[in-house]
Amino acid sequence: MPANPSEDRVREIIADHVALEGPLLPIFHALQAEYGHVPQLAVPVIAEVLNLGRAEVHGVMSFYHDFRKEPAGKHVVKICRAEACQSVGGDAISERAMKLLGVDWHGTTKNGNVTLEPVFCLGLCACAPAAMVDGKVVGRVDAAKLDRILAEVGA
Amino acid sequence: MSMKIYVPRDAAAKALGADEVAAAVKAEAAKRGMDVTVVRNGSRGMVWLEPLVEVEGAAGRMGFGPVDAADVAGLFEAGFGAHRLALGLTEEIPFFKSQTRLTFQRCGVIDPLSLGDYEAHGGLVGLRRALEMTGPQIVAEVTESGLRGRGGAGFPTGIKWKTVADAKADQKYIVVNADEGDSATFADRMIMEGDPFTLIEGMIIAGIAVGATKGYVYIRSEYPDAVEVMHRAVNNGRALGLLGASVLGSGHVFDVEVRVGAGAYVCGEETSLLNSLEGKRGVVRAKPPLPALQGFLGKPTVVNNVISLATVPVIMEKGAAFYKDFGLGRSRGTIPLQIAGNVKFGGLYETAFGLTLGDIVDKIGGGTASGRPVKAVQVGGPLGAYFPRALFDTPFGYEEFAGKDGLVGHAGLTVFDDTADMLKMARFAMEFCAIESCGKCTPCRIGAVRGVETVDRIAAGDPSAMPVLKDLCNTMKFGSLCALGGFTPYPVMSAVTHFPDDFARSKEAAE
Repeated sequence: MPANPSEDRVREIIADHVALEGPLLPIFHALQAEYGHVPQLAVPVIAEVLNLGRAEVHGVMSFYHDFRKEPAGKHVVKICRAEACQSVGGDAISERAMKLLGVDWHGTTKNGNVTLEPVFCLGLCACAPAAMVDGKVVGRVDAAKLDRILAEVGA
Repeated sequence: MSMKIYVPRDAAAKALGADEVAAAVKAEAAKRGMDVTVVRNGSRGMVWLEPLVEVEGAAGRMGFGPVDAADVAGLFEAGFGAHRLALGLTEEIPFFKSQTRLTFQRCGVIDPLSLGDYEAHGGLVGLRRALEMTGPQIVAEVTESGLRGRGGAGFPTGIKWKTVADAKADQKYIVVNADEGDSATFADRMIMEGDPFTLIEGMIIAGIAVGATKGYVYIRSEYPDAVEVMHRAVNNGRALGLLGASVLGSGHVFDVEVRVGAGAYVCGEETSLLNSLEGKRGVVRAKPPLPALQGFLGKPTVVNNVISLATVPVIMEKGAAFYKDFGLGRSRGTIPLQIAGNVKFGGLYETAFGLTLGDIVDKIGGGTASGRPVKAVQVGGPLGAYFPRALFDTPFGYEEFAGKDGLVGHAGLTVFDDTADMLKMARFAMEFCAIESCGKCTPCRIGAVRGVETVDRIAAGDPSAMPVLKDLCNTMKFGSLCALGGFTPYPVMSAVTHFPDDFARSKEAAE
C-alpha cells in the first residue's frame, strides 16, 4: 500500500470513475482500496473535478461509516452487534474482544496491528455470532475461535 | 469421467470453512490421482449443515455435512458412501423437501457463474417469453401474479412498474435494492451468491416492461462475496450477449452496473439509496415525488428489492396464475423465510405464505439451539416487532402480521430463548436507530437518542418514564419521514406490551 498519496495518482483514480453516473462513492471506494483510507488531500481535488463544494465532498464522506480519514490498523476485525448475533451470545464476544485488545469500538491496538469495528449484520444470522477479519467472513464465533482470530492478527 | 463435487461458495458456508474444504477436496483428489471437478455452488439454505458437500450419485445428489477440512480424506476413503456425515439425497432432507422452491429453485443447485448451467435448469425461459410480449402485457402479467415488494413494504410490484411504464422520459432506470441490512435476513445475499442470473433476468424483464435500458444493483459493502459474484455474473452476461446493446439478439438494450454501499443502514430505504447512488449523503427524500416518476437522477425509476425481481423470471416462466395460486389472502406466492438467531435448524426456507409463526419456529426451526424455551421471535429485522409465544398462531402474511402490530418485513425471523432481556432489546432498537438515523427528520434523529435515555430511566426504576416512552414512540411512528424512525417503535412497544415483566423487574432490581 503506497504510504504517501500523490496528487497525480489521486487524479488518475478520480479520472477512472468520473464518467459514471453518480461517481462519488465509487471514487471514495477506489481511493480507500488503494490507500486503506481516503487521503484528505483528495477532498479538494474531487471537489474541483466534480464541481462540488469541499464541504459537500466532506459531508458525503463523513456520512458513511465505511470511509476512513486515517489508515486503520494492519488488520480490521469487525464483530456483528445485530439482534441475531445477540441472541446467541454476541455481546459477550464483543466484550471479550474489547477486553483482550484493550480498545473500545473503532479503536486500534497500541501496536497498530488491529482495529476493532462494530458491524450491523453480515447476513450470517443462521450461523451467528459472526465476524469479519480483513474482509473474510467467520461464523459461530465463540471465545476459543475469537482468541484464535486475535492471535492470528497479532493482537 | 470426471467426478463432480459441490462445495458451496455462499458466505455462510465460507464462514464455516467451505474454502478450506474446497482446497482439501482438490488436494485429496490430486493426491489420489482422481479426476475431480469442484463446483462452487450456492447454498441449499440449510445453514446448520454447512459446509454441505454434495456428490453426483445415480439417484441424485448425495449430501455430506457439516464437513470440516479434516473430514475430507475420510470422505474420499469412504468413496463418498457410508460415512458419519452422510445425509442421503440432499433433496430428501425434510427441511428441504417440504419447501416450495420457486424463486430459489436453482440456488444451491447450479454453478452460479455458468449461464449454460442456468439455462439448463430453466433459466431464460421467462425472459424469452417476455421478449415475445409487449411492455404492457408484461406489466399486466406481473400485476396479475399478485407479487408484492419483498423488501418489506409489500407494495404491488406490477403497479409500481405501471407508474414507471406510463411515465414519459428519455431515460428510465431499474435499481435493485440489495442493501439487505436487517438482522436475520440473508435471502438477497444467498440469491446473489447462488443464482445471480435470476436477478439479472428479472432486471432485464423489468427493463423491457417499463422501457428502461440501464439497471443498477446497489449492494451493501458488508457483502463482499455477493459483490464479487454479481460483478462476475454481469461480466459473463455481457460477454454472452445477455446484457448489452441487444439482449439475446432481440434489439432491446439493457445493461447492468454493480454499485457498493458504504455501511449506512438507512440506504436500504429507497430514496436514501437513490441519493447514495447519485453520490450524495444517504438522506431520505420526502415523497412525493415518487421514485417511480422522479427517481435516480430525477428520471422514472423502478426501485425493487432483490427477491421481488428474482421472482419475476419464474412468474414469466410459469405464468401469473401458477404463482398466484400459492399463498394466503392478499399475500400471494411464496416467501423465502430466513430462520435465524438462537434456533436449531437455521437457514432459508421458501414456502407459500400462510404457515403459522409457531410452525415456522417450532416445527421447521426445531426450537432453540440452546434447548431452552423460546421467549420471543423478532420478525422483520431491527424494525420488526417481538412476538411472544401467545401470538404463535399468527399466519405468515402481510395483513395478518400488521393486524398483530407487527410486520413481515423482509421475512427474517430471529429466535430468542428465555435468557433474553427484552428491556435490553428495546434499548438496542433505540440505540440502533440513533446510530443509523440519517438525521433529516427530528422524530428519528432526536427521538431515538431520547428513547435510549428513557429506557435507561425505566431500567433505573423511574415509573414516570414509561408514559414518556409510549408518547415518544407515538411521535416517532407518525412523525418520521421513513421506516427507520417510523418503525423503531415496533420492537420497542412490542417488547413493552408483550414482556412487561422485563420492564418491571428492572425496577425492583433498582430498588
